[in-house]
Amino acid sequence: MSDAAEQLDALLSRIPYARYLGMRAELAGDEMTAILPFAPHLIGNPTLPAIHGGVLGAFMEMTALAQISIMQGLTRQPRPIDISVEYLRPARPLTTYARAEIRKIGRRIANVHVEAWQETRANPITLLRGHFLLSPKED
Amino acid sequence: MSNETDFPKASERGRFDWSPHAQALGFEFVSSQKAWATLKLPFREDLVGDPDSGVIAGGAVTALLDHVCGHAVMMAIDFMTPIATLDLRIDYMRAAEPGLGVFAEANCYKVTRSIAFVRASAWDKDKDDPVATAQAAFMINSDSGRRGSGHPPEATSGQAGAR
Repeated sequence: MSDAAEQLDALLSRIPYARYLGMRAELAGDEMTAILPFAPHLIGNPTLPAIHGGVLGAFMEMTALAQISIMQGLTRQPRPIDISVEYLRPARPLTTYARAEIRKIGRRIANVHVEAWQETRANPITLLRGHFLLSPKED
Repeated sequence: MSNETDFPKASERGRFDWSPHAQALGFEFVSSQKAWATLKLPFREDLVGDPDSGVIAGGAVTALLDHVCGHAVMMAIDFMTPIATLDLRIDYMRAAEPGLGVFAEANCYKVTRSIAFVRASAWDKDKDDPVATAQAAFMINSDSGRRGSGHPPEATSGQAGAR
């Protein structure tokens, strides 16, 4: 296991809320794919049924945090400053995947875009744009 | 559930008992009135985001804000219909205090035939010192055209979101 993979595992397993959602992640080189297996407690609307919009926002937010952390080797989690979530399609009761792209990273702020999809990557179900405050390493 | 609400229980139930994730996170009903809703997310260890600080996860606050915004829409339109989040913007002012639950209040300040606009804020101790604020837009009657009509949904109505 690479350092980054170990760090990613450690990060996610240390976040109680990530465990609660059932989120995990896989690394291929420096490319991370976050995975959210379907579970009944993630449903927001049982008649469609659809996964709760807040779950997807949270999942993509943590995908962004994890991507920044593995790239920066941060010892403390970055903190979200603002996020904007766009809902494109219903999130069906299926496994959801997400990848984060760091568009800009400076000394203090990272700008990150995240896409989440289910069966077809080319048809994302939700998008997230966000700014995150980086915590200094020596903290 | 409180009996402070002066609106049909249907809309209240529509946002709570009905939603498995809201139940799973333990959202509590605080109050509601026409176009307004207030909910509480009680603190729980398994909802912590940063184990170093013991603060509730930003993602859990995201879910709370999304949910309370949807509730305010239901309180504004006053009838049960599927709604779907189109977009949700959240600004995080500060971390919540470790070990504290979070309240969220939303106001649906404009409803058109197909879209509802909502503002919300979340706080732990003092409503005037929010941990986060949100702005959201929802599509109303988000599954119109897809049930019973026998016709494929139009492009816009196929966008039913993740609620």
